[in-house]
Amino acid sequence: MSGVATPGRKKAEKIDRLAELSAAHDDERGVSLWQEAFRRLRRNPAAITGAAILMLFVLVAVFGPFLVPYATTDTIGVREGLVKSGQGIIPGSSADHWLGFDHQGRDEFSRLVVGARQTLLVGVVSTLVGLAVGALIGGIAGAAAGIGGRWGRWIDTTLMRIVDMLLALPSLLLAVSIAALLGASLVTVMIAVGMISVPVFARLLRGSMIAQAGSDYVLAATALGVRKSKIALTHIVPNSLAPVIVQATLTLATAIIEAAALSFLGLGNPDSAVPEWGVMLADAQPYLGTRPALAIYPAVAIIITALGFTLLGEAMREALDPKLRK
Amino acid sequence: MFRFIVRRLLQVIPTLFGLSILLFIWLHRLPGGPETAILGERGTPEMRAAIRRNLGLDEPILVQYGRFMKRLIQFDLGTSTSTKREVTTEFLQRFPGTVELTVMAMLIAIGLGIPLGYLAARRRGTIVDHASVAGSLIGICIPVFFLAYVLKAVFAENLGWLPSAGRQDPTIGATRITNFFVLDGLMTREWDAAADALIHLILPGLALASIPLAVIVRITRASVLEVLGEDFVRTAEAKGLTESVVRRRHVLRNAMLPVATSIGLLTGQLLSGAVLTETVFAFSGIGAFLADAISQRDYPVLQGFILIIALVYVLVNLVVDVSYTLIDPRVRVR
Repeated sequence: MSGVATPGRKKAEKIDRLAELSAAHDDERGVSLWQEAFRRLRRNPAAITGAAILMLFVLVAVFGPFLVPYATTDTIGVREGLVKSGQGIIPGSSADHWLGFDHQGRDEFSRLVVGARQTLLVGVVSTLVGLAVGALIGGIAGAAAGIGGRWGRWIDTTLMRIVDMLLALPSLLLAVSIAALLGASLVTVMIAVGMISVPVFARLLRGSMIAQAGSDYVLAATALGVRKSKIALTHIVPNSLAPVIVQATLTLATAIIEAAALSFLGLGNPDSAVPEWGVMLADAQPYLGTRPALAIYPAVAIIITALGFTLLGEAMREALDPKLRK
Repeated sequence: MFRFIVRRLLQVIPTLFGLSILLFIWLHRLPGGPETAILGERGTPEMRAAIRRNLGLDEPILVQYGRFMKRLIQFDLGTSTSTKREVTTEFLQRFPGTVELTVMAMLIAIGLGIPLGYLAARRRGTIVDHASVAGSLIGICIPVFFLAYVLKAVFAENLGWLPSAGRQDPTIGATRITNFFVLDGLMTREWDAAADALIHLILPGLALASIPLAVIVRITRASVLEVLGEDFVRTAEAKGLTESVVRRRHVLRNAMLPVATSIGLLTGQLLSGAVLTETVFAFSGIGAFLADAISQRDYPVLQGFILIIALVYVLVNLVVDVSYTLIDPRVRVR
């Protein structure tokens, strides 16, 4: 290629050669997929940044609620006569209230910190819901396809057709209709957001299992007379999980954003005593003209957290990509 | 090729059939039918029963489904229970808005995304590369409705450069033919109407383009990087072809296959309606209308719209598959 020989490019090529050298060295010692992936991950600044963001996020989510200066339900601003939302008076930062008040006179900083826990909870639980249901469907389909026979193929085709139909449905509408089905609550948000990712996980695990089914170790296990169901569960599934784990990391980011979107449409957690970033962002809409910061704080928090999950997920995808492994 | 297209179209039928059954079961499990949406909580049991009888909801679900299918074969999707107008009329009025918005968003996403992704790959490791990768990451992570509000606040409300809501200024009094406002303006030579409709598309188009743009940049970059490492690129350069020929005929063309796939998928998603963007910009498309239909339990609208959307989605993917053969003659569809 005739690319311009910029300094950055030369540096990149040097790093690549170094990577090849050390990778070649690794191969001699025999390093497992996961070990090498972890090694590559540690060298990737994007992965480190993502991991650092997430570490901070988790620390805030776990310990933040014990350390905040004010209770999240305390309408202190109204009590002290500082906040008059009706007249558009919502004071900003001060020494006592670092990020000012929200529209109900509650301390914005405290709510933002406590909101981290709720946001993490929604993200993790909804991703787990999607992962569990999706992996179950995908796993059954993949195993059925691998075992084969008329029934196996039939189960596989039927399940995948249903998954394709779910994929063809607009994801937010799926979530909205689930929210309508179950009524607005925290659990509903988690289930609705989780269901969006079900078809993705199902397709991914099935595809990954079918790809693994053709490999030599499966042939070897078959030759040794291991039962097909045991091969599927103990050999193929563990080896097929890598892309699913990567996808789960990426899904955590979109889950937080989708949950915020549901709140925006008025289908979020109706209990405003427990702050959550998506709900805070939605609640700030009427005050965008007078106090845009009320929307910007939770929005920036959501963006940074989603960025953390995406950076780490993308870096994991790269680290596990056999095309990039040497 | 012709046989391929026909077979793919025939395959759509069982998928749509299955979807219609799933939809039917799903929708009728929603608590509180249209009677609750119409009457609120006040209605007496007799009033509720009367409405259900009027809408034919008191019959067994199989009978209802049979009637739905019978009408569907005659291209009759029924009447909306909330607006009292025919579902097809509602669709034909709103879908053009969604199509115009999708076209605008995809033009922005493709027009910026492919050059940016290509540049990032060519200048790998430079500031251009890092900036476009970082930008695309942020594009994926911004909640669309927040971006929409920021765009609206800055460009419509503070600067006043662009309109903040709607599809067209109603005082223009534009003639309607197809409900594609830009197209109508061009066909009737009402240039001001076409320009006004176009201006109304810019802000929602930008907001909606954020995610497709980010995806296209990343896929183009990854794909171009892969192709740049291929032997045939080196051969082409060794033959002494000019850089622009290598770029256009060898690199870009080969790198476009995965990009075309994702463009198809993204277009299909956008055509199913942008609930959030449409809500923020009070843009009359199918997204916000569908979200309303769910809360109104408007079964005919939901069934009809979602079936048509699924059909459109499948058709878009068919177009993408056919376009492969144009991009890469080695791909043979059978």
